Amino acid sequence: MATVLETRKLCKSFGALTVADNIDFRLEAGARHALIGPNGAGKTTLVNMLMGALAPSSGSILLGGEDVTRAPQSARVRRGLGRTFQVTTLFRNLPVLDNVALGIAERDGTSTRLWKPAARHQGIRDESMAHLGALGLADDAATRVADLPYGKQRLVEIAIALGLKPKVLLLDEPAAGVPSHESELILRNLGKLPAEIAILIIEHDMDLVFRFARRITVLVQGVVLVEGTPEEIARDRRVHDVYLGEAHA
Amino acid sequence: MSGYTADPRIRWTEWLPWLAAIGFFFLMPGYLSLGARILIFILFALSLDLILGYAGIITLGHSAFFGLGAYTAGALGAHTAISDPLLQLVAAAALSALLGLATGAVILRTRALTLLMLTLAITAILLEIANKWTSLTGGADGLSGVKVGEVLGMFRFDLYGKTAFFYCLAILFIGWYVVRRIVYSPYGAMLTGIRENASRMQAIGAPVYWRLVVIYAISATMAGIAGALLTQVNQFVGLNVLGLEPSGDILVMLILGGVGRLYGAFIGPVVYLIAQDYLAKQYPEYWYLGIGVLLIVVVLFARGGILGVLDRWLPFLRRASSARASAR
Repeated sequence: MATVLETRKLCKSFGALTVADNIDFRLEAGARHALIGPNGAGKTTLVNMLMGALAPSSGSILLGGEDVTRAPQSARVRRGLGRTFQVTTLFRNLPVLDNVALGIAERDGTSTRLWKPAARHQGIRDESMAHLGALGLADDAATRVADLPYGKQRLVEIAIALGLKPKVLLLDEPAAGVPSHESELILRNLGKLPAEIAILIIEHDMDLVFRFARRITVLVQGVVLVEGTPEEIARDRRVHDVYLGEAHA
Repeated sequence: MSGYTADPRIRWTEWLPWLAAIGFFFLMPGYLSLGARILIFILFALSLDLILGYAGIITLGHSAFFGLGAYTAGALGAHTAISDPLLQLVAAAALSALLGLATGAVILRTRALTLLMLTLAITAILLEIANKWTSLTGGADGLSGVKVGEVLGMFRFDLYGKTAFFYCLAILFIGWYVVRRIVYSPYGAMLTGIRENASRMQAIGAPVYWRLVVIYAISATMAGIAGALLTQVNQFVGLNVLGLEPSGDILVMLILGGVGRLYGAFIGPVVYLIAQDYLAKQYPEYWYLGIGVLLIVVVLFARGGILGVLDRWLPFLRRASSARASAR
């Protein structure tokens, strides 16, 4: 299978603290890949470097075979890299529909148009509604995001990312902060994401990880400890020691 | 108020300011020069609302563009043969746009207090230039003898200010229409996105910095036109168009009316300038105290300005006057 996202010897240190140490990582087309690891393993740091929100100390990042190590965030988004945030990062005071429409307008270049009213761009409204409908949010289109329950806000995050038509989607703890009865809602919707999108999910909820992912990478203190299928990871002694053991002790 | 769910049609209440202006012309013929001044400051406030209310750019230096426009029209009228008012406006607009692009490109990489100080520094520098370059600007004495020709070669500026009033009203109307189009456009929606959450805009692929530079230059252009109008109406330019004071005044007017609401920029200058006119006659030494008290009352008890209060008290205005539409 083709590799859509790759890191080569990626390093990041803050002074004496190394948070990413020679990370070699590959994400295949259509992957359902999870990145797990204990707190402070450097998972979010890795996502921020992949997105271009944080510059690596050394090493390189390839998106669709092209070196994007120095490319700004907006350029990576245009090349098909999307993300959701660990802490909901939405336009809280805007309607749900606008949250999605703003992303679509960026993708297709409409957002720089100064004259024709936004509401008359019917194509963007229709596409926004299609994404919201697929995630079961159609009835909430006109609701202010701040007035939605948190679980649905997490889905709006995903709807925005989908509107950008990503080839690669980084889901940074999509179920973080969601009450347990709503996390099933998230998982069900993750299962419906288009198969051709390569997804890298970072998640603490092991139940969700093992049900969703087909490959798992375990990161510990900035180093890739092991990578394999969920079965291999579940059997791995070292993973139990550093991670699962800690959680299940 | 803007965006993909806002109904862009013009509501009947949005015509009220224009009816009021025409009514004012016939009912208060003795106050037309005050009226023209109010119209000019509405245009200035509108330009500020575009960057402050919609894009969330905080500034204490918007007078830089107002002042540059004022001195451009003044210098053309006083030192050259270019006395056509529209030509002077175009020149003022062009120079203000250039200054907006140049300074915006430098300062809009910064945020919050740094940005505030930089905007203030720029208008302070222009003030000092205007003060020292007496051959061009007249320095502290001001620039008098500004020649302004007939509007469209037909309408001479008269003693009663009738031409001035309608001229300013026409320019304001165009300015309002342009701002309204921008606010309701995808660009306006995108600016609201930047104001609400700039890092999210980055994450969906928007080059936020460039988007801000463009709207800053557009706003600067409008402020420059407003400044040029003030020169043409007064046929005089003084140093008081530059520096902290006019920047602060316009900010107070906009906050008084309501920020990010389009029509706050109309109500603020009307209340502020009429109060100023009245108080300055009654209490020439203490009139600023009255303005201060007014501002404190608004900030403490009327968040969202006068329009914000109307919004809460008159539910039917909620739909109409603030142009906040619900999803269709």
